[in-house]
Amino acid sequence: MKALVEKLSGRLTKDQIITDPVELRTYECDGLAQYRVSPGLVVLPHNASETAFVVKACAEAGIPFVARGSGTGLSGGALPRRDGVLIVTAQMRSIVELAIEDERAVVQPGVINLHVTRAAAAHGYYYAPDPSSQQICSIGGNVAENSGGAHCLKYGFTTNHVTGLEIVTPDGELVRLGGKALDPPGYDLIGTFVGSEGTLGIATEVTVRLTPVPQAVSTLLAGFASTDEAGAATSAIIAAGIVPAAIEMMDALAIEAAEAAVHCGYPAGAGAVLIVELDGLIEAVEAEFAAVQRLCVDEGAFEIRVAADDAERALIWKGRKSAFAAVGRISPDYIVQDGVIPRTALPEVLRRIDELSQRTGVRVANVFHAGDGNLHPLVLFDDSVPGQAAHAEEVSGAILDLCIEHGGSITGEHGVGVDKSRYMPRMFSDDDLDTMQMVRCAFDPAGLSNPGKVFPTPRLCGEVPGRHKGAHPLQEAGIAEVF
Amino acid sequence: MEARPTSTAEAASILREAAAKGWAVVVRGAGTKQSWGRPPRRCDLVLDTTGLTGVVEHAAGDLIAVVRAGTPLAELQSTLGFAGQQLALDSPFPNATVGGTVAVNTSGPRRMTYGTVRDLIIGVTIVRPDGVIARAGGKVVKNVAGYDLAKLMTGSHGTLGLIAECAFRLHPRVETSFVRKRGDFGTKAGLAWEIDAPADGDWKVAWEMPGAGGDPKPEWWGRYPWREGELGVKLTAALSKVRGLLAAAKRLGVSVRGSLGTGVLYAAAQPDQIGDLRAAAHEAGGHAVVLTYHEGVDLWGPVPGLDLMRRVKAQFDPDDRFAPGRFVV
Repeated sequence: MKALVEKLSGRLTKDQIITDPVELRTYECDGLAQYRVSPGLVVLPHNASETAFVVKACAEAGIPFVARGSGTGLSGGALPRRDGVLIVTAQMRSIVELAIEDERAVVQPGVINLHVTRAAAAHGYYYAPDPSSQQICSIGGNVAENSGGAHCLKYGFTTNHVTGLEIVTPDGELVRLGGKALDPPGYDLIGTFVGSEGTLGIATEVTVRLTPVPQAVSTLLAGFASTDEAGAATSAIIAAGIVPAAIEMMDALAIEAAEAAVHCGYPAGAGAVLIVELDGLIEAVEAEFAAVQRLCVDEGAFEIRVAADDAERALIWKGRKSAFAAVGRISPDYIVQDGVIPRTALPEVLRRIDELSQRTGVRVANVFHAGDGNLHPLVLFDDSVPGQAAHAEEVSGAILDLCIEHGGSITGEHGVGVDKSRYMPRMFSDDDLDTMQMVRCAFDPAGLSNPGKVFPTPRLCGEVPGRHKGAHPLQEAGIAEVF
Repeated sequence: MEARPTSTAEAASILREAAAKGWAVVVRGAGTKQSWGRPPRRCDLVLDTTGLTGVVEHAAGDLIAVVRAGTPLAELQSTLGFAGQQLALDSPFPNATVGGTVAVNTSGPRRMTYGTVRDLIIGVTIVRPDGVIARAGGKVVKNVAGYDLAKLMTGSHGTLGLIAECAFRLHPRVETSFVRKRGDFGTKAGLAWEIDAPADGDWKVAWEMPGAGGDPKPEWWGRYPWREGELGVKLTAALSKVRGLLAAAKRLGVSVRGSLGTGVLYAAAQPDQIGDLRAAAHEAGGHAVVLTYHEGVDLWGPVPGLDLMRRVKAQFDPDDRFAPGRFVV
């Protein structure tokens, strides 16, 4: 590490290299604070070529490196390594080009998500992916995690909005993929890289789509007696062929927490609320909005509030957007879970979560993107009571098992990171994981780029899989398979 | 030699055997695009996917479908149509199989609204060149667990393995009609915005709009412009450069058709025009890829990231047996 610092000092300035243990500790965790490791070294490159220089130096020295944007990730994807370098993109915050006529923005990885929208707003455009942390999270981090958001039901995820990348490969080479035009020739390496959680290299420039601001936006809040009814309304809306920009649900406990924290004035006594937002052309939105209100009433909504203006819309969203933090009002500690189920399994899975909660005595507040079946159960506990944390962890894991059992996923938007790598074998077979590792080996044969994340057991890239020349006679005859 | 497996397991056992014998394998669906890309250097076994058919699951309430790769696209659409749903891919090859459509990544005018295969595919089951069955993604739309191998397989031209099963997100079916115009480009609207720009005739522009009552579909809509004996070329451009690229093609005497809203166009060209056409596409921030093989023509031009692609190919197919030489060589 000392030799590395010396080498980096030849090109980077003093304030770009952090070695002081106290300062290093400020980088010990990302948004998932239960995992903490003080990095061996922190480096803050100013541009792509400095990033490539740092990565190349790491590669030559065989030192692992981890990229970090704003550090808001919720799966420990940017958890540093004590024996490694943390490469922080916070000094790369320029919007390189706002190409409105091309409907693209070219940005450095440290640019804040919301800043892209702010820059484009004057021209009638915005950047569609809107993770809850959009005020502070970086585009580079969004690329690593394939971030979603409440509105990805209609607009898709980060991967649907990235058309070009410049990356530093784990051996320190700068490579450009795609650009402003679509369908670049060759394999879809952009689609492979986005969502790879920093394990295939570091993005140093990102070309994103800009989306025209919709002509009309309509938002309503509907109160239901139960999550079953709210779930039925969600299904009815989708079945009617309507694709809302967002459908969000909160259950009674989540409503209670939000009320305590931000006084959002949600309907009193509701067992569940739905927030439905439609956007698009004025006429279409008006027609569909009327249909949505009718469907909500049909499924038992006892109160519907329609936002008359942006201020009222913000108030409706306030309760939802503050829900995670608000849970702190009703519980000293909590785990934010992130799992996905087919939307139609919602009532069944919620019942099972409720049973789980009753049986274990662990309270679970439910907040979710109901439109796409992305659950965010908040598992409440008190860390000062011995055993409660472990108990909550068990319940949280059991919820993921429910998701897998119903054909869903262990993560819809927070990523696998360090937190969920142990659940990967529950969702994927050894062969599935081995095949993904082939991609890893193509990009990062030495396994230096964010090692220990996503996959429970990395494959040794030297091994070439399945090279069994000359099969066993039993296998040939179709009697047995190779084990 | 040919093999026509009727299940993924059978396909895997055939491919294990092919691996053991060192056979070169070419995967074929309906055979609608076998002339695309370079012809494989060798072929010991044609793996015909037309026995791998059927919709495994259509969860209408979840707007997803899981389908075997040999299923014709048109058949899938008609199954989904009963529930008022569609796979939002208006590929120019309705008779192509689902697997072939994914492997070659074809798209049509509606990509302006729905995107392409990469935006619709949510899970994939493949059989690797070594005969191992592997899955990635799943059958929920929102899912970030593991690498997105479905996107890697999309457009891989059968060079990384056999696509056996695909899961897609679906969309409600919409009734549409067309608005046609001559003489100016107009602006982006509706589900699709297309141009037919023959080198030696009037340019026509049309939109596909939601709702009945407009014009019928123009006869050129969603059809490639090339004829027998011409090269089919895909041209891409940054949106602000689309008109410049169209003008350049006209100067070269090349007819073009395609999507004004996305900057993805198709041209009918002669071999000696490819160099100039490619230069014009690069000037416009895009690429010119010759889709239909012609001897002596550089199909791809420079491909950024080619070294990484070769490394991916070497991992999946270390012995270079899957359509060797067709793509990423």
